[in-house]
Amino acid sequence: MAWFRKKKKFTNLNTKEKKIDIPKGIWRKCDACEQYITTEEIKRNLFICPRCNYYYVLPVEDRIASILDEGSFEEFDAALASKNPLDFEGYQQKLQNAQKKTGRYEAAVNGIGAVGGLPVIVCVLDFSFMGGSMGSVVGEKITRAAERALNDEIPLVIISTGGGGARMHEGMLSLMQMAKTSASIGRLKKHGIPYISIIANPTMGGVAASFAALGDVIIAEPNALIGFAGPRVIEQTIGQRLPDGFQRAEFLLQHGMIDRIVDRKEIVNELKPLLRHMFYNQSAMRNQESNSSPKLYAVRKT
Amino acid sequence: MRYLEFEKPLREIESKIEQLEVYASSRDIDLSSEIKPLKDKLNNLLEEIYSHLTPWQQVQLARHPDRPYCLDYIRMIADDFMELHGDRAYRDDEAIVAGFCSIGGRSVAIVGHQKGRDTEENIRRNFGMPNPEGFRKARRIMETAARMRMPIVTLIDSPGAFPGIGAEERGQHLVIAENLEIMSQLNVPIICVVIGEGGSGGALAIGVGNRVLMLENGYYAVCTPEACAAIILRDRTMASSVAGTMRIVAQDLKNLDLVDEIISEPLGGAHRNPEATAVKVKEAILRHLSELEALDGQAIVEDRYNRFRRMGVLYEAQMPGLSPVN
Repeated sequence: MAWFRKKKKFTNLNTKEKKIDIPKGIWRKCDACEQYITTEEIKRNLFICPRCNYYYVLPVEDRIASILDEGSFEEFDAALASKNPLDFEGYQQKLQNAQKKTGRYEAAVNGIGAVGGLPVIVCVLDFSFMGGSMGSVVGEKITRAAERALNDEIPLVIISTGGGGARMHEGMLSLMQMAKTSASIGRLKKHGIPYISIIANPTMGGVAASFAALGDVIIAEPNALIGFAGPRVIEQTIGQRLPDGFQRAEFLLQHGMIDRIVDRKEIVNELKPLLRHMFYNQSAMRNQESNSSPKLYAVRKT
Repeated sequence: MRYLEFEKPLREIESKIEQLEVYASSRDIDLSSEIKPLKDKLNNLLEEIYSHLTPWQQVQLARHPDRPYCLDYIRMIADDFMELHGDRAYRDDEAIVAGFCSIGGRSVAIVGHQKGRDTEENIRRNFGMPNPEGFRKARRIMETAARMRMPIVTLIDSPGAFPGIGAEERGQHLVIAENLEIMSQLNVPIICVVIGEGGSGGALAIGVGNRVLMLENGYYAVCTPEACAAIILRDRTMASSVAGTMRIVAQDLKNLDLVDEIISEPLGGAHRNPEATAVKVKEAILRHLSELEALDGQAIVEDRYNRFRRMGVLYEAQMPGLSPVN
């Protein structure tokens, strides 16, 4: 029995890794359609298979480049790093490995930039850093991004690829980040600064059940897996197979949980009108209101 | 009374005492000289077992089938409880109980998870695991309370939000997130008490309080120890050992500054003396409420924001950035 289980574990692990990572060679076989493509070709195509349209995880740098005006991005809070507050065995090593792999201290990147000349605060989760899971630092960065957006009166865009949910290695400190980030988004929304949440595959658990679900507008990439409980947990609980397309973006759209499904390449083109409608076309009105009747629009800066 | 594995040694003595007491009263004779040494022995044994509980044993106690549940506390600490039903959208989720009541003469809204005592009730109440409509009901009552300037008390006792097909279809992740956001904005005092299980997002969804108190033998975790063992160690049976690592019992969470106060339980746990436990819960709720009542609405929101804002352990690294190795 032990032998049997061990073998199964190994194969599972392998297929999973193959799915997410783009090998370094010049050629690769697409995981979905099994046709050969060059890595250059796939990178140029924003990590979408040019043959079958399969969406790979888009690396943070490419994501930023795909949305923001060239040269407009300026990172902040880059040096925030995690500790091992629970002395969780193996966590320190995991962090170091992830840092080496990504060249980042943590699984979120904060910055300010512009979309078609319109300023935005952006935060991008890095799936290759422990599954984009949220511990103290990711929670702090989301909160700081929201607070900066409020302080500077600039719309907030968060791009979530947070399949890992709340990071278990930090225990309850991770769970509390859900409350912390949601509170900061709540404050932002109360003061009329728009927050656009863009969700990519996969985003589950504590990330899905906090800031990612709170956008004034929620945009998802096609076929992105989004939900609270993982499909395996649900299958175990109810003891039956899940229907095709369960927890995919199309399923969420159908059930009224997201606003739009947008192709990766089109996101930037949708952001511009959204930002104008929700914020930049309204600035004259907002200024007028805040001058004539401060009660209607009283921003408390902290 | 039902006994957990580590409580088994108590069963023998307790049944013996009971037999003697029944015998004594039926025959109208005095056996107190026989019963007293047994009672002393029982107390010693209780002391011995309960003063050295492992985290896993505490988790089991938090799930004890005789432990007082939300409605038991409401009955013991509150007057004029008016239960209010439904989310006004889909259905009434009995895994969450909500309504208005008065505690110590003060009207409050009360919201809590409710488990069942027997199989029939557990099916009806889904073992205290709410679906989205339950969280929506909680939110509706809390928003109404805030409009009425009525403080809110929540009693947390759930293994977690229900992982099911319908729950996902109706946006489990979404309602949890919305509750977190909305609770953080309410301008009345919110006191949360973890009375048993604090299971992940399903607990936090009614847990964004100005004060979060916890019964001595409760636990509050990012996920159940079973799930953590299954995900990280890929072995569900390791739950007992991972329970300690996760730091999920009251004292750990107090040390991490995530819980404001531990409410002590009688020797042997809340189920051995629900009334005494309820008295302490009530006292703690009223004390924290009267502290918070000194603040105005805006200050209450700020106080709650700051409570969660400071949570997290991190540092500012010396290097401004790293460079990737590959």
